[in-house]
Amino acid sequence: MALIDRDPSDRRGKSLASRLHLDLPLIAGLLLLVIFGLLVLYSASGESQGQLNRQGIRLAIAFLAMFFIAWIPPRVYQKWTPFIYAAGILLLLAVVFFGEKGKGAQRWLDLGFFRFQPSEIMKLAVPMMLAWYFSERSLPPKLRELFIAAVLIAVPTLLIMIQPDLGTSILIASSGGFIIFLAGIKWRVLLSFALVALVYAPIHWFYVMQGYQKQRVLTFLDPEKDPLGSGYHIIQSKIAIGSGGIKGKGWLEGTQSQLEFLPERNTDFIFAVLGEEFGFYGIVLLLSIYLWIIGRGFYIAAQAQDTYTRLLAGAITLTFFVYVFVNIGMVTGILPVVGLPLPLVSYGGTSMVTMMASFGILMGIQTHKKLLPG
Amino acid sequence: MSLLNASSRQKGSRSFKDHYLERKLLVSRVVIAFVFVVLMLIALVMRSWYLQVVKHEDYQTRSNDNRISVQPIAPKRGLIFDRNGVLLAENRSVYSLEIIPEQVADIDNTLVKLKQLALIEEKHQTAFKSKLRGIRRFKSVVVKSRLNEEEVAVFSVNRHQFPGVRIEARLVRHYPFGEELVHALGYVGRINDRELARIDQANYQATRHIGKVGLEKFYEDHLHGTIGFRRVETDVQGRVIGEPLFEKPPVPGNNLRLSIDIRLQQVAAEAMGDYRGSVVAIDPRNGEILALVSNPGYDPNGFVTGISVSDYQKLTTSSDRPLFNRALRGLYSPGSVIKPHLGWVGLESKLITTKSTVPDPGFWIIPNEEQRLYRDWKKDGHGEAVDLRLAIVQSCDPYFYDLAYRMGIDTLSKYMRSFGFGQYTGIDMGEEVPGIMPSREWKRAERKMPWFPGETVITGIGQGYWISTPLQMANSIAQLGIGGTRYNLHLVTHIQDGDSWKTTPIVPAENQADFSNKDNLKAVQNAMRRVNLYPLGTAKTAFSGAKYTSAGKTGTVQLTSQTEDYDETKVEEQYRDNAMYLGYAPFETPEIALAVVVENAGHGGDKAAPVARKVLDEYFRARDNKTASLNRSEKVGQYGVN
Repeated sequence: MALIDRDPSDRRGKSLASRLHLDLPLIAGLLLLVIFGLLVLYSASGESQGQLNRQGIRLAIAFLAMFFIAWIPPRVYQKWTPFIYAAGILLLLAVVFFGEKGKGAQRWLDLGFFRFQPSEIMKLAVPMMLAWYFSERSLPPKLRELFIAAVLIAVPTLLIMIQPDLGTSILIASSGGFIIFLAGIKWRVLLSFALVALVYAPIHWFYVMQGYQKQRVLTFLDPEKDPLGSGYHIIQSKIAIGSGGIKGKGWLEGTQSQLEFLPERNTDFIFAVLGEEFGFYGIVLLLSIYLWIIGRGFYIAAQAQDTYTRLLAGAITLTFFVYVFVNIGMVTGILPVVGLPLPLVSYGGTSMVTMMASFGILMGIQTHKKLLPG
Repeated sequence: MSLLNASSRQKGSRSFKDHYLERKLLVSRVVIAFVFVVLMLIALVMRSWYLQVVKHEDYQTRSNDNRISVQPIAPKRGLIFDRNGVLLAENRSVYSLEIIPEQVADIDNTLVKLKQLALIEEKHQTAFKSKLRGIRRFKSVVVKSRLNEEEVAVFSVNRHQFPGVRIEARLVRHYPFGEELVHALGYVGRINDRELARIDQANYQATRHIGKVGLEKFYEDHLHGTIGFRRVETDVQGRVIGEPLFEKPPVPGNNLRLSIDIRLQQVAAEAMGDYRGSVVAIDPRNGEILALVSNPGYDPNGFVTGISVSDYQKLTTSSDRPLFNRALRGLYSPGSVIKPHLGWVGLESKLITTKSTVPDPGFWIIPNEEQRLYRDWKKDGHGEAVDLRLAIVQSCDPYFYDLAYRMGIDTLSKYMRSFGFGQYTGIDMGEEVPGIMPSREWKRAERKMPWFPGETVITGIGQGYWISTPLQMANSIAQLGIGGTRYNLHLVTHIQDGDSWKTTPIVPAENQADFSNKDNLKAVQNAMRRVNLYPLGTAKTAFSGAKYTSAGKTGTVQLTSQTEDYDETKVEEQYRDNAMYLGYAPFETPEIALAVVVENAGHGGDKAAPVARKVLDEYFRARDNKTASLNRSEKVGQYGVN
């Protein structure tokens, strides 16, 4: 970590970055990722200038959101956390009753001048709420507190699952889970939860999962069974990555992507385009950038001053990692197909603003530090 | 809100928090999380390594299978030339107007504009619309096939107005001599399911036509050629992207050179006029076919591009049977034309001499059997003492009744087989029939009946069970004229193999007659010479004034039992006599032999011999006038043949 954090009260040595509350190593990693991402997107979109422009505008808005959030001291939204969470729950309920339908799911809320997904708010509100809850108590958490934490996670998760939006509900549940883990849950408690989950899994399969979700899992287990149907995505994506080899076929030269064999190549499966055109080297480069960002996130968490920010920073970082891992795991065929974009590389996605806002929180945690006594 | 209250109630406990321990716990959890993340990222790297390095070749192959498709290229069909290099079967560019739907912004407007240019009609527009459904939009769809030159020109001028519309050229077989030559060439047509099962499908992937009949069918393997292919890159919908990655050009089919002289063929066809029948002219020295006419013919070009049902029905139901190849499959009673052959057999088997005579009162009866009269064609007969020469020149029937009766069917049949009767001529068309040279064994096997002596008598004048094709008859007279080897008949003399032409082998026929006794041969040949020359000769009128020497024999074959007062004009056309003529020339060293059959025309001397005369005249005119021959070839188009 090249940059040493200065005492924020030292006004004489204050750089522009710290005056804007920016964390340079994080910014550097994000910019590197965005540039690489746009490069891949240009190829994956069939050299579409229009898509590139729209993605650029979206990124600009997301970065602005990040700057704005970073400028807010964490203690401000720490104070407001319970209200943000409660408002999020109400909005989710509103979606259930008045929501807009789109692509077979009810996720949108139309406010006349503005359409948005309340589940995006919950991506931040849930970890914030849990961090706030645990920061008020002594850690490691007791069983009763764990139960309350589980309820705090379960309510929004279930509300989003019935939309249905499996990807987001998994993300939200895991972000809450990460807080519990980071809050120091005892290993034996964690283990017994894992055992319960193992027992519950078959029940979930038979009584809860939707047909299309089961299909995704079955396809994941044996994609070759239905090579032109539901297995097509995974097979073509593995062919794209595998045929890329070590050095790749070269930028704009990927036959799987340029000849349109690869479906959803500019959105969820964009990693396959990268793997095909930039090869193993490209993949290692991308994962290195992600590791840099994640590592910086954990560093910020470790350096945080209080429990709330520490838990929140750790959970945000881990959630970001889940995006990366689930998407790449899906595209390379080690995880079932779950509709999650590759963060900051995939085209579009309302989640981009939320994600950058969460990086804004990380930066805020790093740059708004109180002078500690002694 | 109860949660908020709960937490505020516990505010007091906060002071008991051990900040140092808590911080230690949380930081250790962050470290554990980081280690976990690193391990998982390593797992992703390993997964990529597995796909991109371990399994690379596997996926490389599958990626190529995805994108590379092989497109077959049809070979050019071999050309067919006549003996002087005149093109008889060629490949012509046929133009069709095609539209690639996805490249056309407004299809309706485009069709209207094409209609305004008179390139298409209403029916093309509606047909195109129905074709458009359920088709891949980047594939070319035919709007109108068979554009003429003018339409191609009109479109070319206006091309800029029609993006996505193009003219596609395809090579299609064309026969410039049409119906005059169809029975010698055959034709090609669309490959049907039965043929598809028989052919090497890999080699025919890009081929639309196959030889259906005649030479085109018999030499299919030579004419077709070898398929080529190009590897092209295609996208997920099968569109071709860019230039071919690899191309193996097709190998054109072998060209054929025939023994046919197209000019002679045309003269023979013209000479037949509207009569049904056949002319076969051959070279007795090698069995080459110089002309092969079966009248009437039909236009083979209709069969190439698709003939309409009504046109096809006209051909199949016509009483003239134009589709029937009379030269190969027409079975005719040879009649008197085989009298020279029989006379020679009589001499060879010592049943007669040139001096021996038979009385001809106008009829003949089997000795000691007076129930039935075998009539001469001439009511009053040919006198008290008819010898062999007179019997041939005047075509005297009783002489041969007597000879055949004394010879017996066994000897007659055996010798006639040595002239090729009842056997295949071996022509390279594969469709001929062998006819029937009757014998005792044949009748027992086919008719389950014994042979009667009276049947031998009429066999002596080429009637009864004896039936023969024009090909056989031509080859038999060729053998008698040259007094030597008879050859299998053939049309193809050279096959092009790469840049060189290879000659096809000349194969002697089976069952050769033995002409070691030159006197017997000469006696018969001289008599045939007199048929064309002697004042009493049956073909004398037809051959008067010929500038070359020739020999021959006429025949007039009754198709119905005739009474004494047979009057040609009063008999229905299909029951009138067949006029026949066999002959060869020059008399001394024969170069051409021919058989002419004119169905239901009347006397051989009047109707068949003049056809032979015209063919022979043309043959010698061309032979003796090389410069004229060259000029003529230029008129019909000279093509370079080595």
